[in-house]
Amino acid sequence: MSHRTEHPAGNRTPLYPAHVCAGAKIVDFGGWDMPLHYGSQVREHQQVRQHAGMFDVSHMTVIDVTGADALAYLRHLLANDVAKLKPGAALYSVMLNHQGGVVDDLIVYYLSSETYRLVVNCATRDKDLTWIQAEAKTFAVNIAERADLAIIAVQGPQALAALDEALVNEGFIKDALVDNTVSTESDILEQLNQLPAFHGMTINETSLRANSDQTGSGPWFIARTGYTGEDGVEIILPGEDAEPLWNALHAAGVEPVGLGARDTLRLEAGMNLYGHEMDDETSPLEANLGWTIAWQPEDRDFVGRKALTTQREQGPGTTLVGLLMTERGVLREGQIVSALSAEQSLKKQGLTEEGPSKQGIVTSGTFSPTLQQGIALARVPIALSQQAAQISVEIRGKAVAVQIVKPPFVRHGKTVYRYYKQSK
Amino acid sequence: MAETPKELKYLDTHEWARDESDGSVTVGITDHAQDSLGDVVYVELPELGSTINAGEETGVVESVKAASDIFAPVSGEVIAVNAALEDEPETINGSPYGDGWFYKVKMSDPTELEQLLDAEGYLAAVESED
Repeated sequence: MSHRTEHPAGNRTPLYPAHVCAGAKIVDFGGWDMPLHYGSQVREHQQVRQHAGMFDVSHMTVIDVTGADALAYLRHLLANDVAKLKPGAALYSVMLNHQGGVVDDLIVYYLSSETYRLVVNCATRDKDLTWIQAEAKTFAVNIAERADLAIIAVQGPQALAALDEALVNEGFIKDALVDNTVSTESDILEQLNQLPAFHGMTINETSLRANSDQTGSGPWFIARTGYTGEDGVEIILPGEDAEPLWNALHAAGVEPVGLGARDTLRLEAGMNLYGHEMDDETSPLEANLGWTIAWQPEDRDFVGRKALTTQREQGPGTTLVGLLMTERGVLREGQIVSALSAEQSLKKQGLTEEGPSKQGIVTSGTFSPTLQQGIALARVPIALSQQAAQISVEIRGKAVAVQIVKPPFVRHGKTVYRYYKQSK
Repeated sequence: MAETPKELKYLDTHEWARDESDGSVTVGITDHAQDSLGDVVYVELPELGSTINAGEETGVVESVKAASDIFAPVSGEVIAVNAALEDEPETINGSPYGDGWFYKVKMSDPTELEQLLDAEGYLAAVESED
């Protein structure tokens, strides 16, 4: 067998020493030294599905958009409509280029009047910042990257309970006077436990760090969001506070989870990953992201709207589907999906005759630890998605039968995929 | 630290071969290899009775992360395959030199065994890769 070894030497998050200490296998990820796993990716995956796991996602880029035009600017920049948001709420959106391709996908949090926070991908950081600055020229906004902040995601059915325990045991929150009202630790915990999905809350500096060992400064922002298909939160906090919280979560039974399991969890949850299911040349309409485009009101002229409208009228040529292997094996990015029957050998000539326009491609593939089967997301021609019985994937020169399904595969620990039916 | 038993022979592509002293050789992947791959979830073994040639692909091992070809350390006939790996491929992670063996070959040219790396040579090969 053959393999390659990574040579990490990149940016490090405030939690890097904690990863090394926990025995993490460190790899380069978009210029960052990040934990791939802490021993077993599959065990970490199960930990999140069955209990609670924590992820260091501080490598992601946090950008605060403030100013009188913040709302107007974001309504121009993003394909989803930030005007839908109430303070504290979050929105998933794509940021398009003028051709309707995806510059990046992101979450935008409405922190307070005239203050929005974007969390974008680390691999696209430079491109995103350039784009965001360029599009902001005619708006009265300030755009600030927040490299001082860390992000910890706590995910799993026990995530909230474990976070409560960690906050209480380590004395992170104290009773305080906020806006002339007494805010107690139990008030804050209650608010946290009642956060609706895709909503966030700020814990003010005055309520934080009851324990004098905690040296950070600035508020925490906690949102009920995630990338695993489980309940949980993402906590954006000052870098100095990251390690004390990480250790407190560990003491409360939350195990660290690396980027390896982060990928298998998001794939089981049917969630897209930038650079795989979407990129600068791919329309969101071909990446199952039509639901994130706010077409109303019609006079909102967001970047990419014109190109996207044309695509919508013509109808997208391809669609993103889920694939499920029926025999044991692993699906991988880049494998060819075709309509040939499984018995038929996929000779090179055969592939040519079939024509690339009738073939699809696996955009992300893996072995699902929950289903114990090979699963994938694949971009396929619409016609191919209607031939459910005859789909096959080429694996090492052999055509292997796969079922075509509608993702997600797993949500809240349960198998949820449905067989694909073309809707007109 | 990965184990590299002294009594085994190795390929720089991370397969090990154990001389069973009866003209046959048992083949598997090294501790270093299973550690690099991570959780193994799938293996493809050569067919029982098939003839294999040293240096050729004789199967595949796949982890959640990656797929790797398994090369034959020696030539000969496959006289046993570890079918238990099909249902429990994770055995390779837990016991790469024991229950995680892949297949046994009846050697057609026993001198091929001498051309393989010893433990020291393999460790040097791993070192130069890193």
